[in-house]
Amino acid sequence: MLGYLAQRLGLAVLVCLTVSLITFSLLSASGDIASAIAGEEATPQQLAEIRAELGLDRPWLVRYLGWLGGALQGDFGDSLFFRETVADLIIHRLPNTLLLAAMSLGVMLSLAIPLGMLAAFRPNTWIDRLALSIAVLGQAMPNFWFGLILIVVFALNFGVLPASGSSTTWHFIMPAIALGYYATPPMMRLTRAGMIEVLGQDYIRTAHAKGLSMKRVLFKHALRNAIIPVVALTVVQFGNMLGGSVVIETVFGIQGVGYLAWESITRLDVPVVQALMLLVAVFYIVLVLVSDFVNAWLDPKIRK
Amino acid sequence: MSNILEVENLRVDIPVGNQTLHAVRGISFSLARGETLCIVGESGCGKSLTSLAVMGLLPRAARRSADRLEFDGIDLMRASRRQMQKIRGNRLSMIFQEPMTSLNPAYTIGDQLEEVMLWHQKVPREKARERAVFLLEKVGITGAAKRLSQYPHQLSGGLRQRVMIAMSLMCGPSVIIADEPTTALDVTIQAQILLLLSELQREFDMGLVLITHDLGVVARIADRVMVMYAGQVVEHGSAKAVFETPLHPYTRGLMECMPIPGKTPPGQHLGSIPGIVPSLIGEIEGCAFRDRCPVARAGCERFDELRRADGHAWRCIMDAQEARGHAAAREEAHQ
Repeated sequence: MLGYLAQRLGLAVLVCLTVSLITFSLLSASGDIASAIAGEEATPQQLAEIRAELGLDRPWLVRYLGWLGGALQGDFGDSLFFRETVADLIIHRLPNTLLLAAMSLGVMLSLAIPLGMLAAFRPNTWIDRLALSIAVLGQAMPNFWFGLILIVVFALNFGVLPASGSSTTWHFIMPAIALGYYATPPMMRLTRAGMIEVLGQDYIRTAHAKGLSMKRVLFKHALRNAIIPVVALTVVQFGNMLGGSVVIETVFGIQGVGYLAWESITRLDVPVVQALMLLVAVFYIVLVLVSDFVNAWLDPKIRK
Repeated sequence: MSNILEVENLRVDIPVGNQTLHAVRGISFSLARGETLCIVGESGCGKSLTSLAVMGLLPRAARRSADRLEFDGIDLMRASRRQMQKIRGNRLSMIFQEPMTSLNPAYTIGDQLEEVMLWHQKVPREKARERAVFLLEKVGITGAAKRLSQYPHQLSGGLRQRVMIAMSLMCGPSVIIADEPTTALDVTIQAQILLLLSELQREFDMGLVLITHDLGVVARIADRVMVMYAGQVVEHGSAKAVFETPLHPYTRGLMECMPIPGKTPPGQHLGSIPGIVPSLIGEIEGCAFRDRCPVARAGCERFDELRRADGHAWRCIMDAQEARGHAAAREEAHQ
């Protein structure tokens, strides 16, 4: 177990390094930061001064190593736009994004798992069809569009929820629904497929032969086995919500890292974009590790 | 002896498209406490569906009907789902064909053994654990206490089937139905498991319905034998009568297919029954076996009734005298 853990961790560090290297080189190649800052009418001398100030005149590899050294100590440099360090900027925005992702995950799970189980329990009936229609609808609608619909209905027509901002938890309800609903279909279908497969297994017949109630067979004997692939997908979806909330945060004006990423990209605020890319990568890697361990806990065959 | 299980005219129908597959076509049998009834017959003759029908575990599509289906005086045809849950696993247990997949991979052996007892009886967990260890030892598993924390994938097929047997005994049932419990196991341990079942049946004075292909074991442990063909009983009688004077040509054919210790002489060529089982979709007129029968004659296409004499029943156009003649001729040919 310890050896396995060490191996996974080593691999994780390697992936982080690779991501940072690729991001760094892509961003360096994407445009001249100095001319972006100085504007189009800057003289070559001004440009040279800015480059010297930001250290852009040094060789590429030196810059990367310098950035990496700082990053390892938690110093990601300063934002080119805000008078703040990148680290502070992200730390202030991160709670909003985490809250949104957690709430979306809640919306997704509370829709997908009951619907998937119901559909699996009565396959090819109207219940199954209804669940499928709900799923197809969720997948067919772009989430920003669904978000706008929600704003029109609940903020403009009924006026029950705030349309934009992130000052209270109420502000997160509509974005969480938009983001969670969009992620529901694959999760629901996975639950349904897993449940149907498990319900056909011999050990379910054994459970019935033991005289257990339907409820106990479903929730003890079936769900535990059907949920294994669902857990893995849930964790990955959480990563998607952290990284993919860029659009929804922008639509609803939520001051999270997604919104920050969008702003920073449009302003060519390279240090911020760089740090956010690494952050998303680290999140993914940690979440995949977590999903592996949860799986091992659920499935004794993986556990050694 | 009063009967603990009474089955009369049990039928199982499965809709196939707009037709109906008559998988079990009017089976009747009874079982006394402490008695072993063996059901034999080739694959697809309705043995498994018969046992699932008694347990109330048929697939959703299948339709069950019977003139009488009683367990210990309880009418199982009218029992509510609740009542069935109280009987199943508690007083009426079942052991399945597939030990490799019949245990839940996500829970330990101990959890699964204790569960059935905790579910049916108000006993503390320690009591259930004690019983589990006791029964694991009974079914011949060494280091029983340590096994409780193991998962099914850590055990071999033979051990898993022993665990299944122990599980079926947890609540001290009156009847166990074992549906080909050794088909999926190594040949070397098949007889071991069947004899173990028979021993436990005697020790705990249970009724045992054993579905099997192994005529050798049937000859050793059965009190009564029921031979099924195409969803019907074709011969039914005491083990002694059925083995000594098989009155149905199908039973004789089956016996020639398999060596029986003490009966089949060494060097004897084993037979086979040519042809295939008729389709069970739609009605079958007359004797279902006639197309494969070596002694079929005119009239077989109309004859379909169970003859009875001296507690021996057979479904053949030949009467007792003629059938006994054939049985004796077979016996002679083998000597």
